[in-house]
Amino acid sequence: MMLGLMRDALLLQAGYNSALVSIGAALLGAAAGGAGAFLTLRRRALMSDAMAHATLPGIGLAFLVSVALGGDGRFLPGLMMGAALTALGGLWAVQWLSRHLPEDAATGAVLSSFYGFGIVLLTVIQGIAVGRPAGLETVLLGSTAGMLRADAVVIGGGGALILAALWLLRRPLAMVAFDPVHARLSGLNPQRLDTLLLVLVLGVVLVGLNVTGLILIVALIVTPAVTARLWVQTVQGMAVLAACIGAACGYVGAAISTALPDVPTGPVIVLLATSVFALSLIRRPRYG
Amino acid sequence: MLPPVVSPADAAVVLSGLSVRYGDTLALDGITAQLPCGTLTAIIGPNGAGKSTLLKALLGLEPFSGTALAFGRPVAEVMDRIAYVPQRAAVDWGFPVRVIDVVLMGAYRQTGLWGRITPVLRAHAMTCLARVGMEGFATRQIGALSGGQQQRVFLARALAQKAELYVLDEPFAGVDVASEAALIAVLKSLRDEGATIVVVHHDLSSVTRYFDRVLMLNRRMVAEGPVGTVFTPQIIGQTYGGSMVMLAAPE
Repeated sequence: MMLGLMRDALLLQAGYNSALVSIGAALLGAAAGGAGAFLTLRRRALMSDAMAHATLPGIGLAFLVSVALGGDGRFLPGLMMGAALTALGGLWAVQWLSRHLPEDAATGAVLSSFYGFGIVLLTVIQGIAVGRPAGLETVLLGSTAGMLRADAVVIGGGGALILAALWLLRRPLAMVAFDPVHARLSGLNPQRLDTLLLVLVLGVVLVGLNVTGLILIVALIVTPAVTARLWVQTVQGMAVLAACIGAACGYVGAAISTALPDVPTGPVIVLLATSVFALSLIRRPRYG
Repeated sequence: MLPPVVSPADAAVVLSGLSVRYGDTLALDGITAQLPCGTLTAIIGPNGAGKSTLLKALLGLEPFSGTALAFGRPVAEVMDRIAYVPQRAAVDWGFPVRVIDVVLMGAYRQTGLWGRITPVLRAHAMTCLARVGMEGFATRQIGALSGGQQQRVFLARALAQKAELYVLDEPFAGVDVASEAALIAVLKSLRDEGATIVVVHHDLSSVTRYFDRVLMLNRRMVAEGPVGTVFTPQIIGQTYGGSMVMLAAPE
């Protein structure tokens, strides 16, 4: 029965809603893989983790604001806006701290403190019993089961937009990653392109909140990219392959979630991505 | 095109009073020099003399006081006429990029919107590779090449820019003899076509064979001019503090 449902979900036969969710998750996975390719080549992978964790206080705050305004607190665009605000705050904090600390230490400090603050907020929200906080913790580990049609459209549309932006920027992004000095002398603005890439990654994180959750989105950004790196020799090939791996993991992960609604979607997708990576490492061991 | 702000227009590079400061230390102190168009100039001096710093300041990669003009204009306005070949150590050789892709990056200013690559550009990139003798390596991974081959590919990337001023930072360091000969032959032919070339150079024994002019540097400018008049044991001694005189004496 469960396997039958999973097969139906994979073949987009499990109903219109789950088909939309699967396609949305695939587009999100593709965007995450593509953005991850450029981010890992620029050696900024940890930055996505810091941003993802820094969304949590924003989600808590947005929930409280929404309740104060008379809502039930689960207004998704509001939650995403809050998440974006504190993620940008986290990004700014990393950049500011990097003037005094090594960047990895700054990233770690921001990641843990923002996340800790977010957990405190969520605990408070659940304690004061306002609004409808039940299920708010799905933003941690993701859950596509029972996802609304509108959510799936936002996820798929956002993923598609990010993919389009990455495709347009692929050559400038590759030049900045390979040789930022030469890129600058060629008339590009490496700082602006770095910021643009981080904004696209932030888009992936926000869109992915309901799919993989904020704790594990970094795995969907980094793992397909490092897997693709084992197989290809060009930046463009790496980005395309990473997008395909990410799409496959998102799609299959969402289908498994349809069949097993109690299992959070994030860990399923991450385990899929890790399996592809492990298999690639065995089949094609090229370390570079 | 705008008229030159400062004469002489036949000088590709004019530096005046160029100084670079790192915190409390003065890395370069009031460099004043002119590099005529169509010449091949070596910048020489001991370690820590500020040779690479001078190139970086000239390219606008390092803040400085004083002025640096190229073709009579502030350097930032004529960057499209200047090509730079960095030190090999500054490049990530594990990067997933093929030889032809590296050369095409040199042609970025000529690419279409969003960096679209046309067949004409690709053909031009292959011509640049052929000029450095690397056309057979176009689809190789950059990390799989020898040091000399990598340096030739980076010169091809500079050629793809169709520049008039070429700035190279120790292009012969860690390079095999055949590659060194190929590199200097290309630089000389560029010079003969009218380009201006500035090279940070380490090997004093080859200065007279390779270069027209020499700029001797030790945080201050010691001397600058044609190799025949400036590259003398006495001035080399002043530049290196005396220790290198015997080694470096030209024939």
